[in-house]
Amino acid sequence: MAKARVKAPKKAKAGDIVTIKTLITHKMESGRRKNKKTGEVIPRHIIDKFTAKFNGETFFSSDWHGAISANPYMSFSFKASKSGEFEFIWHDEKGEITSKKSKLVVA
Amino acid sequence: MTKMKVEVLDRRQFVVASGAGAAAIIAGFSSAANATPEKAAEWIKKLTNGAKATEGKIKVDLPEIAENGNTVPIKVSVESPMTADNYVKAVHLIAEGNPAPELCSFYFTPMSGKANAATRVRLARTQKVIGIAVMSDGKVYMSQTQVKVTIGGCGG
Amino acid sequence: MKNVKSKRGWKLTSIALGSTLMVGAMAIEVIAKDWGSHEVDGRRSGYTYMTDETRAVQDDNFENPGMLWVENGEALWSKAGANGKSCASCHADPEKDMKGVMPAYPKFDKRTGKMISLEQMVNRELVEKMGEKAEKFDSKKMLSLMTYIGNISKGMPVNVKIDGPAKPFFEKGKAFYYQRRGQLDLACSNCHEDNPGKQIRANTLSEGQINGFPTYRLKWQKPGSVHRRFRGCNKNVRAKPYKAGSDEYVNLELFVKWHGRGLPVETPAVRN
Ligand code: HEC
Ligand code: HEC
Repeated sequence: MAKARVKAPKKAKAGDIVTIKTLITHKMESGRRKNKKTGEVIPRHIIDKFTAKFNGETFFSSDWHGAISANPYMSFSFKASKSGEFEFIWHDEKGEITSKKSKLVVA
Repeated sequence: MTKMKVEVLDRRQFVVASGAGAAAIIAGFSSAANATPEKAAEWIKKLTNGAKATEGKIKVDLPEIAENGNTVPIKVSVESPMTADNYVKAVHLIAEGNPAPELCSFYFTPMSGKANAATRVRLARTQKVIGIAVMSDGKVYMSQTQVKVTIGGCGG
Repeated sequence: MKNVKSKRGWKLTSIALGSTLMVGAMAIEVIAKDWGSHEVDGRRSGYTYMTDETRAVQDDNFENPGMLWVENGEALWSKAGANGKSCASCHADPEKDMKGVMPAYPKFDKRTGKMISLEQMVNRELVEKMGEKAEKFDSKKMLSLMTYIGNISKGMPVNVKIDGPAKPFFEKGKAFYYQRRGQLDLACSNCHEDNPGKQIRANTLSEGQINGFPTYRLKWQKPGSVHRRFRGCNKNVRAKPYKAGSDEYVNLELFVKWHGRGLPVETPAVRN
C-alpha cells in the first residue's frame, strides 16, 4: 500500500489562497529501466492521475507520466470560501487507489 | 566582507576514477538517443489541438543546474485572475530531451485561486523544458527553460 | 556582483553566495557562508556541499521524502511481533528513550566483544525480544525504523566513544579509511579528506560524513544505509565491497562517525 502525506491548512479566512502539499510513496517505475543483473526491462508501474476535491468538487488534478520522480511530491493552491472537506486521490495504473481526507474550517 | 576561494581543479588524478563511475551510471540510464524535439512537438500539437502558442504569461522554474536528473524540482505559475470567466485551464510540461517528452499536466479551476503548482521530475540530460498554458478562452501561451543536468551518482 | 580572476586568468562574474559553480574544469567556491551547526571546527556536513535546491528539500519537513520512512517507522513502533510484543511494549516513550541513540552508534558490545551498529542492535531486538526475523540493512522495515530512531535525535551532535574497549576497532576503521584500494588505488581519504569541494566528474566531493544517515538519495530515490554508501564508494574505485554489517564496515563506520564528531544528526538527510 502506498503511504501518503498531506499538508493542508485546518483553518482559513474566506478569500485566502492557501498552498497544499502532498507526498506519496511510489516507485514510479517508468518502464525504461533495466534490471542490472538480468538485463530485462522492469515493467512500467506508475501513478497516472492525481485529483484534489473540495466538498466533492474537483478543483485541481494532474496527469502523471513516467518522468515524475519516485515518491511523488505535488503542491498547488486552493482559494478558501467555505468550510468543508478536502479529498486527495492518487490513482495508480493497476487500479489501486490511495486517498486522504482533511477538514477545513473557514471563519 | 565576502571571502572567496577560487580553485582550479587538477583533474588528472580523477580522470580514471570518474570513468569508472560514469560507466556505472550510463548503464543505469536507458538510451536517450530516441529523444527528439519532433516527438515533443507532436505531443504539444496533440495537447493544444494545434493552436498557436504565444510566448509569455507562463513561468517555469527549474534549478539552473540540476544535481541529479532523477529528482529535479520544477515549479510553474501562470498570470491569471482565476475568475469564473478568465482562468487557466491546463498547464502541460514537456521535456524535449527525454526519451518520452511528456512530464505532466496540471488542470486548474477558478477554485484553485492561483495557477501555481510544483512537483519533481526526471530529466535524462541537459535540455529545454517547455511549459504550455491553455486558458479558458482557448488562448495558448508557452515558455522555454534551459536546465543543465549533471550526471550525478558518483559515490555508489 | 563580484569579479574573480582565477589562476588561469578567466574572469567570472556574478557568483552567488554559498554556491559552488563549475566553469569548464574549475570549481569556484565561496567560503564566506556561515553554515551554522552544519560546520564544526572546519568539519562540514554533506549538507553544505549540496545545491540550494537539494538543501531546501531536506530543510522542509514536508517536502523531504525521507519523512515518509520516518512516519512508517513511527507506525511500526507499535506493531506487534511474533510474540505479541512491539518496540512500544518496552520503549513506551521513543521520543525520550531513543534520544541520543543515533549519535552514539556504533557502540562496543560486551556480548560479542566487538562493535555493534545500530542496525545490528535493532535486529537483535527484533529477533530476541519480539521473535521476528532479522532484517537486511536496506529493507523497508529496517530503513523505516532507522530513519525514525535517527530523526528523534535530529540536531544532536554526533558523539561516538572511541576509547577503552572501542580503541582497537577504531584503529582498524581508521586503517581502512587511509588504505588505498581497488584498481584506481584510491583511499577514502584521497577523495573525502584531500579534495572536498572539488568536482569529480559532475559531483562535488564532500567530506564523506555520515551524520545524515539513513540519507534519502536522489539517485537511489529512497533512503539508504551507511553501509550501502560504503559499498558504492568501494565499487567506484573498483575495489571489492564488503557485506553490509561486516566487521570491516562497522569499524569503518565508527571511524567515519568520529571523523564527523560534533556534526548534527540530520536524519533523514537529502543527498544527490
Ligand atoms: C521486551 C522488551 C523490549 C522490546 C520488545 C524491545 N526492546 Fe529495545 N531494549 C530493551 C531493553 C531492556 C534495552 C536495554 C538493555 C539492552 O541493551 O538489552 C533495550 C535497548 C534498545 C536499544 C539500545 C539503546 C541504547 O541506548 O543503546 C535500541 C536501539 C532498542 N532497544 C530498540 C528497540 C526497537 C527498535 C524495538 C522494536 C523493534 C525494541 N527495542 C524492542 C527492551 C526491549
Ligand atoms: C573516487 C573518489 C571517492 C572515494 C575513494 C570514496 N568516495 Fe565516498 N563519495 C564519493 C563521491 C563522489 C560521493 C558523492 C558526493 C559526496 O558526498 O562526496 C561520495 C559520498 C560518500 C558519502 C556520503 C556523504 C553524505 O553526506 O551523505 C560517504 C559516507 C562516503 N562517500 C564515504 C566514503 C568512504 C568511507 C570511502 C572509503 C571506503 C569513500 N567514500 C571513498 C567519492 C569517493
